Amino acid sequence: MSLFNIFDVAGSAMNAQSQRLNTVASNLANADSATSANGQPYKAKQVVFAAVPVGQAGATGVNVAEVIEDPSPMKMVFDPKNPLADEKGYVTMPNVNVVEEMVNMISASRSYQSNVEMMNTTKTLLLKTLNLGQ
Amino acid sequence: MLNRLDEMLNFHTQALRVRDQRQQVLASNIANADTPNYKARDLDFNTALQSALKGSGTGASAAAGGVRLATTAPGHLSGSPGLASEAGLLYRNPAQGSVDGNTVDVDAERAAMAENTVHYEFNLTRLGQQIKGLLSAIQG
Repeated sequence: MSLFNIFDVAGSAMNAQSQRLNTVASNLANADSATSANGQPYKAKQVVFAAVPVGQAGATGVNVAEVIEDPSPMKMVFDPKNPLADEKGYVTMPNVNVVEEMVNMISASRSYQSNVEMMNTTKTLLLKTLNLGQ
Repeated sequence: MLNRLDEMLNFHTQALRVRDQRQQVLASNIANADTPNYKARDLDFNTALQSALKGSGTGASAAAGGVRLATTAPGHLSGSPGLASEAGLLYRNPAQGSVDGNTVDVDAERAAMAENTVHYEFNLTRLGQQIKGLLSAIQG
């Protein structure tokens, strides 16, 4: 029964999407963190998805290949009163793009929902198959 | 007699196996809707069913199907040939391209999944009815 493979496939996708949602949450939470434990401003994180074969030929799941730091430039904000300001009065702020993160969040949650539905449909099919001939 | 029964139930059994396989491919597409460079795949149900039916026949026609296990002693089981292998899977033509090289169209995949589910249930129902028919023939 390759239908059972779908649980692995959809499960891996749900796992990957929830990890993406997790990075979005951390990026949004730290959108204004001008400093962190290592003294540097927070850098936005992004997940990189990769397709991985599951079980037999044909089934492909997803995993998070790596979590990268967003390479886009940091935001410079003019705020001379801030203790973190440099000699010209600029504070380096995180490179989190709030609009992009919100879009990312919606996309992740929609993909998660699709996979949940896939799993539910498969479960129904399997249960009906169990009742075959009764 | 057993052979006859087998032949009677065979069609819907094979159809179910192909639907099963297709559901798995569609699940992979939906799962990889956000994976860069993933190409959406599907199988041609007609061809897959034909080859599954050919492969499942008894005797001489059995050799025509997919890869079979080697049997060196009479007691060995022939096993079931794999359904559409990697070679049988086709790539979908993207309706709208995307910059990251992904060709999954979630709406199309969801529609295909719904269609496949209904067909799976149809085959399941028909198979159940056949079994019920046989049972009532036995019991009179």
